[in-house]
Amino acid sequence: MTNSIAELEKDADCIFLIGTNTTENHPVIGMKIKKNVLYNKAKLIVADPRNIDLADYADVYMQHKPGTDVALLNGMMNVIINENLMDREFIENNTEGYEEMKQVVEKYTPEYASQITGVPAEDIIKAARLYAKADAASLCYAMGLTQHSTGTDNVKSCCNLAMLTGNIGRPGTGVNPLRGQNNVQGACDMGALPVVFTAYQKVIDEAPRSKFEAAWGVKLPDKNGLTLTAAINKAHEGEIKALYVMGENPMVSDPDLAHVEEALQNLEFLVVQDIFLTETAKFADVVLPAASFAEKEGTFTNTERRVQRVRKAVDPPGQAREDWKIIGDLASRMGYPMKYSSSEEIFEEIRQLTPSYAGMNYKRLEGRGLVWPCPAEDHPGTPYLHKDGKFTRGKGLFSPVEFIAPAENPDEEYPLILTTGRSLYHYHTGTMTRRSAALDKHVPENWVEISPVLAEKLKIADGERVKLATRRGSIELKALVTDGIAENVVFTLFHFAEAAANTLTNADALDPVAGIPEYKVCAARLEKII
Amino acid sequence: MVTLTINGREIQVPPGTTILEACKMNGIEIPTLCHDEDLRLAGSCRMCIVEAKGRPLLVASCVTPAEQGMEIETESPAVVEARKVILELLLARHKLECHTCEKNGDCRLQDYCYKYGVKDSRFAEGGSPKYPITDPNPFIERDYEKCIMCTRCVRACEEITVARAINVQGRGHNAKIATVFDGNLADSPCVFCGQCVMVCPVGALSSKVSAGIGRPSDIDKRVLTTCTYCGTGCTLELNVKNNRVVGVSSNRDEEWSPVNKGALCVKGRFGWDFVNSPERLTAPLIKDNGEFREASWDEALDYIAEKLANIKTAYGPDAFAFFSSARATNEENYLAQKFTRAVMGTNNIDHCARL
Ligand code: SF4
Ligand code: SF4
Ligand code: SF4
Ligand code: FES
Repeated sequence: MTNSIAELEKDADCIFLIGTNTTENHPVIGMKIKKNVLYNKAKLIVADPRNIDLADYADVYMQHKPGTDVALLNGMMNVIINENLMDREFIENNTEGYEEMKQVVEKYTPEYASQITGVPAEDIIKAARLYAKADAASLCYAMGLTQHSTGTDNVKSCCNLAMLTGNIGRPGTGVNPLRGQNNVQGACDMGALPVVFTAYQKVIDEAPRSKFEAAWGVKLPDKNGLTLTAAINKAHEGEIKALYVMGENPMVSDPDLAHVEEALQNLEFLVVQDIFLTETAKFADVVLPAASFAEKEGTFTNTERRVQRVRKAVDPPGQAREDWKIIGDLASRMGYPMKYSSSEEIFEEIRQLTPSYAGMNYKRLEGRGLVWPCPAEDHPGTPYLHKDGKFTRGKGLFSPVEFIAPAENPDEEYPLILTTGRSLYHYHTGTMTRRSAALDKHVPENWVEISPVLAEKLKIADGERVKLATRRGSIELKALVTDGIAENVVFTLFHFAEAAANTLTNADALDPVAGIPEYKVCAARLEKII
Repeated sequence: MVTLTINGREIQVPPGTTILEACKMNGIEIPTLCHDEDLRLAGSCRMCIVEAKGRPLLVASCVTPAEQGMEIETESPAVVEARKVILELLLARHKLECHTCEKNGDCRLQDYCYKYGVKDSRFAEGGSPKYPITDPNPFIERDYEKCIMCTRCVRACEEITVARAINVQGRGHNAKIATVFDGNLADSPCVFCGQCVMVCPVGALSSKVSAGIGRPSDIDKRVLTTCTYCGTGCTLELNVKNNRVVGVSSNRDEEWSPVNKGALCVKGRFGWDFVNSPERLTAPLIKDNGEFREASWDEALDYIAEKLANIKTAYGPDAFAFFSSARATNEENYLAQKFTRAVMGTNNIDHCARL
C-alpha cells in the first residue's frame, strides 16, 4: 500500500474498491472501511463482478464484466477529463505523459465503456465525479484486479486515475493493493523473487550484485531466474530437475492442476518442507517437518509495509524445526556455513543489506513495529509514500493503457465466465483453516455461485450438486443460487483440494509482465449431474 | 484545568474529563461493567456510581464530567451499599455456575461480588427468565442466563465490526440480547469475529474452540504475536497452557496492537487449533519405493545435500528452483533466497505472491 490502513478509517473521505472483496479477504480492513462510510459519511465506490457485502454500503456499485477493468477505469478518466475535474496543478508539477494517456482515454466515453463493461454509463459518470471531487480519495484493490492476463495494465490504470486527480502522497489517498497473505509483502521485500535481492535491488545490476557477493563471500548468478509458474513449466519440459518447496502448496494453489501434477512427477528430486503432509508433499522425495507461526521468533511485514514481530508461544511438535534452522543446517552441510543462533541475528544481516529496513532492529520493532522505508535508526518510518507528489523516479508517469479482452472468452461450448476467490472462513489452500475444527465445520465444502436466471435456465436447484467444467478439467460441487452475480458469470472458491478450483483455471494465460495467472476469468460450462 | 477532590485528594484534570477518567489518571480504581473505552457510553449499569458532595443522588462516574470544586467519594458507605444492591439485582437473574464457567477467575461480576462480599441475592425470589443455550454455531457459546445486559457486545458489534447482528430485545426484567428474529447467529449478519466475546465482562459469551481446555485465568502466558492469515497483520495473543496453544485473546492497547487495536476476524480469533492438529508433521520423511518412512534429521539433510549437489554438478545450477513462502517469516525468506543464490547458484526463487 502507498498509504496506511488507519487512513481508511478516518482520513479518506472517498474510498474506491475495485477487485477486492475486503470484508471477506481483509476482514479487519473491511470493518474500518464500513465504519468510515457509516459513521463518518465517507463516500464508497465499489466495482466488482459480484455483489459483495460492501456493495450494499456503496454510493455507486458497478457490476462490471470480469476482465474489463481497464475499460471501466478509462471510462471514469474520460469523464474526469471532459468535465475538467482533474487536478491540473498536480499533473503539471508531479507527472509526465499526460497527453499520451489523454489521447487513449478519449475514445472511452462512458457509453463506449458501458458497452464493454456492462455498467450503465450514468454509474460510470457518477463514480468518476465522486472520486474526482473528494478531498482525499483512496483506491484499494486486491487479486480481483491483478489476477488477469492484463493485471499489470489494470494496476497502471489505477495509478493513472489516482495521479489524474492528485490522489496520492497525502493522508487518506493513494493506490493501495491489499495483499492477501500475512507475509507476502515481506517475502517480496526479502528478495524471494527471481529478479531481485532484498528491497528490490536487481540481480542483473552490477552494483547490488557485488554488494551481495561481498557480503556473502561468493560469486552470484547475473541473469534473472524463473517465476513460479515458469519453473513449473520448465519442470514439465524436463529442464528443472530439482525443486525445493517451503510452505507452499502448488498442487492446490496453481493454475491447471493436472499440468502441475505432471510437472512434479517429472522432477528428479522434490523436497517439501511444511507443517502438514500437503497435496504437494505427497509427491516429494523428502518431507521436512517445519514449525508453525506459533512456534518461532521472527518478523512479518503486512500490507501497509509495517514490520511486526512474531513471537514464539510453544515448542514445535516432535522433531519439527523452524524453517530458518533447517535451511541454515542444509547450507552448512553443502559446504556453505550458515550458522545463525537466532532469527534476530538473521535480521541484523538483513538490515545491513536492505536500505528500507536499515533503521530497524528487534528492539525498535517492539510495540507498534515500523513501516518501511526506515533507512536509519533515528527514522520514524514512512506511513505514506510519495509525500507531496514526489515519486521514486522523480515524476509520476502516466501510462496510456488500451483495453484488451481476457485470454479465454465464453463460446458455444463453454458459455460462462468462471471467476475464483476466497471465503471469509478459509485461507488460501486450506492447509491451516481446514484443520481448524470450527472453521471447517462452518464451511466444510466448496460451492459454485450462480444467478437465479442461470439456475432457471439450467434447471438447477439451490444446493444441488453440479458439474463445473472448463477446457482443463471438471469438478463436482454444490450450487449456490444468489442474486449477487451476473447472469453469465459463476464464482467458486479455491481452498478445497477435493473440489479444487484450480483444476479448472488457465495456466496459459499469464500477465506478460508480472506472470500472474488469469484466475479471475476463464470460460466454463455448468452441467446437471444426472 | 479543572480542580476537584477525590477521596480527600486534590487533583487537576483537563476540562471535559469524566470523573471515571479522572480517577483512572490518578490510580483510583472504580468498578465498571458497561463502560468500555473504545465504545460509545451507555451509562446503564450504574456500577461506577460515586458520591458527589452536595448532589442528592449518587452519580454514574463514567458519564459525569468532572467539575470545578467537586468533592467525590468513591467508596463511601452509601456507594458501597448501592453497589451491593446492584450486584444482588444482577445475581437475581444470573446462573451462578462459576466452577464450570470459562470466565471463572476473569469475570467482573465475580470480582465485584468478591470485593463487596455479595454471596447471594435477596431479589432472587421471582426466579429468572430461562434462556436455554441453543445456538449451534461452532465458534461462540451464547449463555444468556449469565448475561448482565451491559450491552457491550451490541456496541462492539455495531461500532467495531459494523455487523449489527445483535441488539437488545424486550424490556425490563425480560430484556435480552438477540439477533433480529431471536435466532442463530449464522442466520444473522454475524461474521463470527468474536468482538462481542472480547468485550463481554462475564461468561455469557465465550469461545467454543477454547472451551474446557484453558480458561483465561489458568493459562500460563499470553504471547503477543502477528496473525498468520491475511495481509492485514493483526496483532493477537496466543494463550498457552502446558506448552500448548489453548486460545486467542486480544490486546486492546494501540501501542501494542497498532493495526487492529484488539479487533480480529473469525480466522484470527477462532482459527488457531491447526497448530495442535494430530496431522502435524513431526519427523523428517524419506520416500523409499513409493512409501514414506521416518528418518533422522541427519539422514534426511545429508541425503538432500548430496542429491542437490549431484544435480547441480550434472545439470548446472539452473536445474534447481526454490518456492519460498508468503507464510514464512522475513528471516526465513531471506535465508531461502540466500540459499538459492549463494549455495545453489541460481536466481530461480519465487513464492506465491501472484497466486
Ligand atoms: S461475532 Fe462479531 S459479528 Fe457476530 S455478533 Fe459478535 S461482534 Fe457481532
Ligand atoms: S452478552 Fe455479555 S457483553 Fe453482551 S450484554 Fe450480556 S453480559 Fe454484556
Ligand atoms: S485476524 Fe483476520 S483480518 Fe486480521 S490479519 Fe488475521 S486474518 Fe487478517
Ligand atoms: S460503568 Fe458507568 S454506568 Fe456502567
